[in-house]
Amino acid sequence: MSLITPDFGLLFWMTLIFAILFFVLAKFGFPLITSMVNKRSERIAGSIRMAKEAEQKLGEMAEQQAKMLEETRAEQARILKEASQARDSIIAQAKAQAQDETQKMLAHARTQIAAEKESALRDIRREVAVLSVNVAEKVLRKELGDEDKQIELVSKMVDEVARLS
Amino acid sequence: MRRIGIILLTIALLLPACAVTAHAATTAEKGGGLDMKEYLFGHIGDSYGWHVTTINGHHVTIHLPVILHSSTSGWHAFSSKHIEEGEVYEGFRLAATGEKHEGKLVEETADGLVKPLDISITKNVAGIMFSSLLLILIVLSTARWYRKHDAMEEAPQGFAGVMEMVITMIEDDIIKDSIGKDYKRYSPYLLTAFFFIFINNLLGIVPFFPGGANITGNIAVTLALAMCTFIAINVFGNKHYWKDILWPDVPVFLKAIPLMPVIEIMGMFTKPFSLMVRLFANILAGHIMLLGVVAMIFLTASLGPAINSGLSVVVVIFGVFMDVLELLVAFLQAYVFTMLSAVFIGLSRQEPETE
Repeated sequence: MSLITPDFGLLFWMTLIFAILFFVLAKFGFPLITSMVNKRSERIAGSIRMAKEAEQKLGEMAEQQAKMLEETRAEQARILKEASQARDSIIAQAKAQAQDETQKMLAHARTQIAAEKESALRDIRREVAVLSVNVAEKVLRKELGDEDKQIELVSKMVDEVARLS
Repeated sequence: MRRIGIILLTIALLLPACAVTAHAATTAEKGGGLDMKEYLFGHIGDSYGWHVTTINGHHVTIHLPVILHSSTSGWHAFSSKHIEEGEVYEGFRLAATGEKHEGKLVEETADGLVKPLDISITKNVAGIMFSSLLLILIVLSTARWYRKHDAMEEAPQGFAGVMEMVITMIEDDIIKDSIGKDYKRYSPYLLTAFFFIFINNLLGIVPFFPGGANITGNIAVTLALAMCTFIAINVFGNKHYWKDILWPDVPVFLKAIPLMPVIEIMGMFTKPFSLMVRLFANILAGHIMLLGVVAMIFLTASLGPAINSGLSVVVVIFGVFMDVLELLVAFLQAYVFTMLSAVFIGLSRQEPETE
């Protein structure tokens, strides 16, 4: 049967044509198409990966932002607290210092007052002494105006001294 | 709307029946019933000229070049119109029915009929040339799209898009999966084989010129394809593949006889042989089925117009069904041939399993 016996002429031509067909398609056809398609699919896969990465990064950044905001808030609170503490301590210190100063001034004033008093007293005493001496002098001058009285006084004084000795 | 559809369908189904009845009547007038053998083999076999159609008893045939080499008279090249009706030309004539080398050109010598070396451009060769040119046109026009466009930025649309889809499907689903890491070396061959078989299967279904040649249903064609796969399997097979054939991992007495190597070496040839026969038989069977269904119209012509037209309606419906089935087979056989080739190649590239 000719159906199942391969004909040589047809086999020859088929091999030749198929070889040419294969050569043409393998050189100019399929590799170009498949490499382009592969490249494109690689690019799409890469784009998807990059989008995913960007998304992830964005999420990370948002997270970071929130964290930074939180940190800033904490810092703010801390600074405020610190400031109020400083204020309180400064006020307290100032108060203490003022008190101290007042005390010191008071003490100073007191001593000064005391000193003034003393010197005033001294002055007064001296004044009184001078006055009294003056008075005494005047009195004496008046009393010892006559001789009798002078002699009486001297005797009295001698008596006194004698009594004492 | 539905009623109009039914009326149109009825008319459409009756039309071919009328035409066929008329044709059958003319055939009957000529006094010849249908020569089933000539009818079948004329369509599925090869011939020196390409018979396109017959108009009013006049054959419209495309004459193809006949190229012969006779051991006595050397090279001959002439048009097939000279030997069409069995006449002798330059010492050659078509062997008649019942003779040796029936249907082929033979030379009458002193030793009787001798078949010369025959490399004529026959109907099938012309068909292969046509389909190959068509395929080159299709693939290169698709490739041209990629040259002209930046494929990184856009995907092709229209025809190039369809081609890209099919190529990607074959490469990703069959070639990559079956062969593995160095699939790139084989993918041009397997893609060429797929598209060659597919386009020839499709052209084989087309009933008029330039389709209709039974190319993939011819054993010489499938033999050439199977040989290519055989080469792809064995020439690039790795060490592990050859070791598995010549010294497989079986008890020594099986190799010493040597039973296993003989079986394995037979296996080397049965794989492409099965590829060859599968494609050949499937496509040939499809053609014979279709031709047989259509022949029913002519065979029942003698049974009277009532039976003939009634059966014609059935035959047309059945013929449409068969055509659709053949479309599926056309794709399926191309797919199967490519897939099995890829699987066999993949087996020859397998690395030994590391334990």
